[in-house]
Amino acid sequence: MLKPTIGLEVHVQLKTRSKMFCSCPVEFKAEPNTLVCPVCLGLPGSLPVLNRQAVEYTIAVALALHCEIQPFSQFHRKNYFYPDLPKGYQISQYDLPFSRNGYLIIETEEGEKRIGIQRVHMEEDTAKMIHGESISRTSGYSLIDFNRSGVPLLEIVSRPDISSPQEATLYLMELRSILRTLGVSTANMEEGALRCDVNISLERGTRTEIKNLNSFHSVRKALEYEIKRQEEVLKEKGQVIQETRHYDERAGVTLSMRTKEEAEDYRYFPEPDLVPLKIDPPWIEEVRSRMPELPEDKRKRYKELGLFPQEAATIANNPELANFFDSCLSLGAPGKEVANWLLSEVMKYLNARNLSIIEVPLSPEGLVEFLTVLKEGTISSKIGKMVIEEMLQTGDGAREIIERRGLAQISDPVLIKKWAEEVIKENPDQVSQYRQGKEQLFGFFVGKVMKLSGGKANPEILNRILKELLLRE
Amino acid sequence: MKITLEIVKHIAHLARLEFSEEELKQFYQQMVELLDHFARISELDTENVPPTSGILPLYNVMREDNPGPTLPREEALKNAPEEESGFFKIPTILEAED
Ligand SMILES: [Zn+2]
Repeated sequence: MLKPTIGLEVHVQLKTRSKMFCSCPVEFKAEPNTLVCPVCLGLPGSLPVLNRQAVEYTIAVALALHCEIQPFSQFHRKNYFYPDLPKGYQISQYDLPFSRNGYLIIETEEGEKRIGIQRVHMEEDTAKMIHGESISRTSGYSLIDFNRSGVPLLEIVSRPDISSPQEATLYLMELRSILRTLGVSTANMEEGALRCDVNISLERGTRTEIKNLNSFHSVRKALEYEIKRQEEVLKEKGQVIQETRHYDERAGVTLSMRTKEEAEDYRYFPEPDLVPLKIDPPWIEEVRSRMPELPEDKRKRYKELGLFPQEAATIANNPELANFFDSCLSLGAPGKEVANWLLSEVMKYLNARNLSIIEVPLSPEGLVEFLTVLKEGTISSKIGKMVIEEMLQTGDGAREIIERRGLAQISDPVLIKKWAEEVIKENPDQVSQYRQGKEQLFGFFVGKVMKLSGGKANPEILNRILKELLLRE
Repeated sequence: MKITLEIVKHIAHLARLEFSEEELKQFYQQMVELLDHFARISELDTENVPPTSGILPLYNVMREDNPGPTLPREEALKNAPEEESGFFKIPTILEAED
């Protein structure tokens, strides 16, 4: 199989309160054209003023992606003609972007892998156009809503270091988790807060670009399809044409956009309405000092607790779960055991109901008490699964549930059997005597097992199990 | 850079403007003169002058992230050639337009 070379270009909407160059509020469910002003409508004479928060969010993202922040950066005008761009140009960055040369780490099945980041720059979002299937195809007109015009966007361009659709998904998940941990974006693909274009070639051959993928599923499917398509073309000794393709979600295929191949000619020039940015080390350090712990560092910390890489990644990449996990740790619980329960029974329960850990009444204190009860041997893991499910439903404490449901008397055959086996193993002489006919020794074994159970084993079950084991050869 | 009639046509196309042959010739002439003027500037000795894109001695002009007033929608749509349910309405732009 030919090795794919994949690069991702991601656009992220920043979660500022106001737009990038004007003070119109940023909201996503407002009535069309109600969040507009002369600046974001591109009216003559209006002037942009940069939003400080957008700059600081960008610094934070650049730092999280290990990028070099340029001490001097500048905005450029990217000129092109399209109705979603009222000024006839987009304020973007060109040869003096905000930051370059970073990386992020993904946790693959073969271990950690670094994916290079070529650049992170700022630009403004365009207006939203409604056409095509949303309104009649034959109507011959489009509708424009300028509420999105001027919302701050980050463009994050990866190096072509990604070598499979799975890695592309991991990259996006890691990026999303970084953005959410920093609190700079909802990073929700379905809502368009994170949009993805991909570049793909086989064995460093001619590459194609697939634009506007709007879900994790689409990114994976489009890449899988495109790899197969390019393989077919090459197998038939054909040439992959450098072009932009569109992913048809319903048909699951990529299609050539059939645009006239015209060299891009954006005639970039420095934006004369904005002065340059000088980002000095004290400013960078100030932003850094306010940054929370990043998923990458969390993962490292969790792996040191004995978690497997995939376990550490699952927890670290889910900010709410990570908070819960960290609270358990600070209550003194052993990380490995917390992770085992969180990633099995708790996640199973949450996933089945499409809930997040903060939407159920189970508290970190509750889980830690549960682990203590488990360790004391009051219940077996098997009974534990039952108890934790009830804790997730009701928020009641483990001891309370055990008492209410009479679980404290140990009726769990697995646990009793374990104790019985232990007693049998430790008393080989008595066992052989019993098996040779000294039946009065049975009480000796019962006493030993009962002692191991802290006096809580169900005698009936205990007797039955013990008999079975002693009679077995 | 040497201006040609082709370049003038290309720039007109990028701006989605249509001109008669006569107008194109006129713009061609004007652009040649304009660039000649700039060519004279580039004769200056700028060996020790750092490049700049602005003339203001300013950096980092920013505002705080506070939402402010917006235009009433009727105002915003006042100059729209056509509107529909609060949207600007325009003829469909075909991607593959020549
Ligand atoms: Zn505005």
